[in-house]
Amino acid sequence: MQQTWKTHITPANSAIRIDFKEVWEYRDLIGLFVKRDFTAKYKQTILGPLWAVIQPLMTTVVFSIIFGSLAGLTTSDVAGEALQMPSFLFYMIGTITWSYFSATVTANSNTFITNRAIMGKVYYPRIATPIATALANLISFGIQIVMFCVIALVYALLGLAEIHLSVYMLLLPVLVLQLVMLSTGVGIIISSLTTKYRDLAMLVGFGLHLWQYLTPIPYGLALIPEKYMSLYMLNPVTPVVTTMRLAFFGTGYFNWGYYGLSLVFTAAVFFIGLMLFNRIERTFMDTV
Amino acid sequence: MDELMIKVENVTKEYRLGAIGGTTLRDELQRWRAKRKHQEDPTLKIGQTRVDSDERFMALNGVSFEVKKGEAVGIIGHNGAGKSTLLKLITRITAPTGGDIYLNGRVASMLEVGTGFHGELTGRENIYLNGAILGMSKKEIDAKMEKIIEFSEVRQFIDTPVKRYSSGMYVKLAFSVAAHLDSEIMIMDEVLAVGDMAFQNKCIRKMREIADSGKTILYVSHNMNTIRQLCDRCIVLEKGKLIFEGDVEAAISVYMKQDGIRSTKFDYSGIARSPYESRKLQLMGLTIVNREDNVLQEGEKLEFILHCRCNANCKQIGFRFELFSGDGMIVGTMFSDQTINGNYGKLYDLHTKMSTCNLAPGIYKAVALTYEYDKLGNQIGVDRVDPAMNFEIVEKMNASLKWLSKYWGHVHFNDMEVVEIRER
Repeated sequence: MQQTWKTHITPANSAIRIDFKEVWEYRDLIGLFVKRDFTAKYKQTILGPLWAVIQPLMTTVVFSIIFGSLAGLTTSDVAGEALQMPSFLFYMIGTITWSYFSATVTANSNTFITNRAIMGKVYYPRIATPIATALANLISFGIQIVMFCVIALVYALLGLAEIHLSVYMLLLPVLVLQLVMLSTGVGIIISSLTTKYRDLAMLVGFGLHLWQYLTPIPYGLALIPEKYMSLYMLNPVTPVVTTMRLAFFGTGYFNWGYYGLSLVFTAAVFFIGLMLFNRIERTFMDTV
Repeated sequence: MDELMIKVENVTKEYRLGAIGGTTLRDELQRWRAKRKHQEDPTLKIGQTRVDSDERFMALNGVSFEVKKGEAVGIIGHNGAGKSTLLKLITRITAPTGGDIYLNGRVASMLEVGTGFHGELTGRENIYLNGAILGMSKKEIDAKMEKIIEFSEVRQFIDTPVKRYSSGMYVKLAFSVAAHLDSEIMIMDEVLAVGDMAFQNKCIRKMREIADSGKTILYVSHNMNTIRQLCDRCIVLEKGKLIFEGDVEAAISVYMKQDGIRSTKFDYSGIARSPYESRKLQLMGLTIVNREDNVLQEGEKLEFILHCRCNANCKQIGFRFELFSGDGMIVGTMFSDQTINGNYGKLYDLHTKMSTCNLAPGIYKAVALTYEYDKLGNQIGVDRVDPAMNFEIVEKMNASLKWLSKYWGHVHFNDMEVVEIRER
């Protein structure tokens, strides 16, 4: 009797296939993971989700004092630009963007190890966890962006800053998507490799720290000498950060070439990540 | 009814022994460099030629079977036979090394209850989360929410974070979610029965209810009685191979045979001993005498010679045999009517007759012990061997009825004496 089967389990080394349909079927689970990650994070804290606001706020203050007042690093992306955005807002948008990136990379780089208890007992599409992490962090990111807008509005009302909403604003959803894909991609590449080599887990913490200094978060892009620009711009996060600033203030740096490169980079990282993850997820329980 | 729900085809699963994944990136890079320069691998131990190359272990070796819709199939086998590996493959926790598995429906494993419970979330939130992890959609959970809460007996606390639950409440809630899964294929384990006695019975009843409701079930257990209660058919695994597939009773006896039943000689040299016993009088082996095998008819005496070695002068060493039924339950214990005095270095053979008069038909295992008394009159173990011997008791040739251990137990008491029958 010829029979059709709903599931066919093949050996571990068989071809890579990513079952997007299955991920969609588990969307409720992803939603619940998001809810769990978000609520559990702020349970039993007095300030609750307010912490999502406090953290970047504090970092911004620290950056303003150390890099702005003490070190006196420039906060413009294009040297000699007439229109200046207030340094506080400059640091804030950078910090918010970076903290999303770094939090998502960090959380996703451990996904197999932190979830091994669940994954060792039940099957669900493993990719649901990194997706949920990226989405849960997006909630904090959203809250922070709202806070940023409020503060920017206060600045504008007080006459301390001019807000020029630019056409680049339209790029914002693309930027956010790019940020999600990039951080998830980097995260799952690391998590796939750490199932075998624990070395990488050690690297993540300070690696991200170094990466942050290679990204124009604590300083403006104008600080980078022109001759190193093409090298510096290989960092795919940089165009995202600068375009983010450009979108909100209508002043800043934008180069289609570099931005395109960053997009290509992001897509590549994301797909390499998916491939690796897909390869590892089926047998990682044997090695973790 | 002929629709197949599970088809396992020639499945193998290989594990690498030793330091799995214990290599670091550095080792791997060194190895790679050495390979390129055609040098000897620097990460290897001297004398080794390839990393872990031959230290492989086949947890499953070419297993094939099919399960039809609505069947409840038991999987039995000794520890390490490959039962858990097989379930891990079917539940997709890890992938096979070779072969194919086809499933016709969702698989829900009730192997581990409370998977993914998060302490900070309330009982209700955890039901959603746990249900979703186990593959239910939000809609399905909504529909079952009331039943789950009702079954769990923790309604009062359902909106309290589960970290404040007692461990009993926790497992009750967890079992309730698992028990209300609506998957076509259920994988169950005896450890599922959780909580206090009353709740355990409720769990077993619920499992039987699931089994009767036409779902396809794979059931793993070491307890032959629950296997008998729940399953229609069994497969027996041994050392990664499927050695039997078919009728439950037949499967159980195949499983038992792996223990060395149908033998008249038992050697204890390979049996691990505990370090707490003095072994002044060490048990060496046992030989059943005056019969061909170790299958007795009900009521027959079992005659055997117990071989001992005296490692130190000793006095008044007694013997004790503890009898266990095939499913691991203790049935009773018997003592020897004489003790033995031993001189250092001597070998002794103890010829004994064991009465099996009240043992019901079935498979039994004996654990042998030697003991002495201390000054306070307590029995102190001198040596212990587990298992010391296996034997099977079958119905008398002319017996009119088949003994049902499942309902009647392992002791066949002497018939009641009817004194008088009177018409009133």
